[in-house]
Amino acid sequence: MTPTDGLRMALRALIANKLRTALTLLGMVIGVAAVITLMSVGAGVQASIQDEIRSVGTNLLFINPGANRNQFSGLRDRRSSVQTLTAQDAEAIQAADIPGITLVYPQRSINGALLSPDGAVQAQITGATEAYADTRGVNLAEGIFFTRDDVDRNARVIVLGPTLAEDLFPEQRAIGATVRLNNQHFTVIGVIESDGGESFMSRDNAAFIPLSALTTRIRPSKTSTGEDVVSQIVVQLTDEDEATIAAVKQGIETLLLSRHDSDEQDFSIGSQADAIETISEVMGVLTVFLGAVAGISLLVGGIGIMNIMLVSVTERTREIGIRKAIGAKRRDIMSQFMIEAVAVSLGGGVVGALTGTGLSWSLNKLGEAQKAASAASGAGGGPGGPGGPPPGVTSLTTAITAEPIILALTVSIVIGLVFGIYPAARASRLSPIEALRYE
Amino acid sequence: MAAHNPDVAHRRPMNDQTEATIVAEQLSKTYQMGDMKVEALRGVSFSITHGEMVAIMGPSGSGKSTAMNLLGCLDTPTNGTYKLDGQNVAGLNEDALAAIRLRKIGFVFQAFNLLPRMSALEQVELPLMYAGAPNRRGRALEALESVGLADRVDHSPVELSGGQQQRVAIARALVSEPSLLLADEPTGNLDTRSASEIMDVIDTLNTQRGITTILVTHENEVASRARRIIRFRDGRIEKDEPVQ
Repeated sequence: MTPTDGLRMALRALIANKLRTALTLLGMVIGVAAVITLMSVGAGVQASIQDEIRSVGTNLLFINPGANRNQFSGLRDRRSSVQTLTAQDAEAIQAADIPGITLVYPQRSINGALLSPDGAVQAQITGATEAYADTRGVNLAEGIFFTRDDVDRNARVIVLGPTLAEDLFPEQRAIGATVRLNNQHFTVIGVIESDGGESFMSRDNAAFIPLSALTTRIRPSKTSTGEDVVSQIVVQLTDEDEATIAAVKQGIETLLLSRHDSDEQDFSIGSQADAIETISEVMGVLTVFLGAVAGISLLVGGIGIMNIMLVSVTERTREIGIRKAIGAKRRDIMSQFMIEAVAVSLGGGVVGALTGTGLSWSLNKLGEAQKAASAASGAGGGPGGPGGPPPGVTSLTTAITAEPIILALTVSIVIGLVFGIYPAARASRLSPIEALRYE
Repeated sequence: MAAHNPDVAHRRPMNDQTEATIVAEQLSKTYQMGDMKVEALRGVSFSITHGEMVAIMGPSGSGKSTAMNLLGCLDTPTNGTYKLDGQNVAGLNEDALAAIRLRKIGFVFQAFNLLPRMSALEQVELPLMYAGAPNRRGRALEALESVGLADRVDHSPVELSGGQQQRVAIARALVSEPSLLLADEPTGNLDTRSASEIMDVIDTLNTQRGITTILVTHENEVASRARRIIRFRDGRIEKDEPVQ
């Protein structure tokens, strides 16, 4: 019996029971399609997060208070509980002339209520220095970002994200208007250009004030030595190669250790590469988890195959008896039923891979269309315009990669073999005499 | 039609003892049915020479079906030896038995036992497929032709009459050129005319090709086509005599 003979026999048997074959196939199709779709969603989310992190620029170093990185997750302890970084640290770094550093800014964020005559919005307010704008690339739709002078004067000026500006001033121009924060009046001097609002790093709802104004006027927070606590210091580098990053890290560590007069490092320095790595790890686990959940339906599909193969063996007992009487050996019968099982599972796998890939592709198109729509409404939408998706709804990006397809097809072959072997073995062990007597 | 060939009258001489196809010595078969032991065959000895045509008769429960299963290598005896073409079959495992069935034995059953949804040609090709033989199609066509079904090769069993189905079964049995043709009530499901035609076909194969043939039957008319009748009763041979 050649493989071609086996395949022809299997297809003939499968075609003889079209509906049954189709339903069994469907079980595998759903399983494989689910695995591929979910894994492509996972990979897509991972890729888009990585893109966003990269879009900030990979030439940034982030200094965070607290040294302890959780060994397991790579995540830091709650930052707010550790108060070891100060605005003066940032000034010292800037002043130290460490080669490779272009800009340094400290920042601290608080949650507060912004009030205008027409609205009240709870927002995250970030205190930073003027270097923020250059380091992080802030594009303004209107007005200006605050300057060195504003920072020096503890000036009560504020730069708003576009959504925030729209919420606070639906009827009038935001520029030049006044918002209240902790009973202090801040003048709006700039409104940031919309970035679509979809990214988790979107600034559409952000508000920026000079760090000095935050620490003196709004919420002072001092260390025991009287320095102003900040939640993060960001350093921009001339180059993003590993040598520069390592040298600058080393320089900052030495400087801060001596400034903090501490034996233990009470801060941590992370690069964008570190962040990407961490997120890749987390998302990788998540993607595998999604795949595993979908894999359960693949298992169910496999059980369906086994079920139907057992029924088929019983139904065809007489056929098996005839084949054996003619001279079919155990392995002939065995391979006949194994080929059938694998044909169903692999057939389902192929259709499922096509379906899953198609589904991922459509999700991607849908996401792109949504993005385009929101960009259009962001550019041309007037006040009160209802166009575009509701804020906070992120469009789904999927990444179709070869791995899940190869994996799903391999798994479906394995499923056919695993769930086909018992029915096939049962068929091959039938006694020819009893099988021939079977009605 | 081949079956009406006048050569049918030319019988192979009975005393052609060049080679014994079947030698059975003290064959016995005991089945365990729950607590009870059923002795289906109780030490049966006989031999059948090459090219002979023998009918096995007996009432139900006489052991003739058990004998047929043993002769057809579908089962192994509890005791005794069975030599087919000089090879002792008694101790062989299932796959070795299958190999012997494939090469040396052709079965014809009462219920035809064709596979559903398969054309006559494919049915006949089946043993060749399992044997991995070359020129399957050509040999299968030839076999179908020899049973007078050259014009029905593409028909599936449901499109064939009982007699035609049995012819396909006979073609399937002889396509691998076996040394033994085992026909178990080959005419049991057929009308008189088809039955006589089928017997003519079997007769022709026996005389022209010299295939040793065993007919298991309870019909005297069928048995009378054989040259020798072995009668079973209660697991033993009651009578073993040539046909007058």
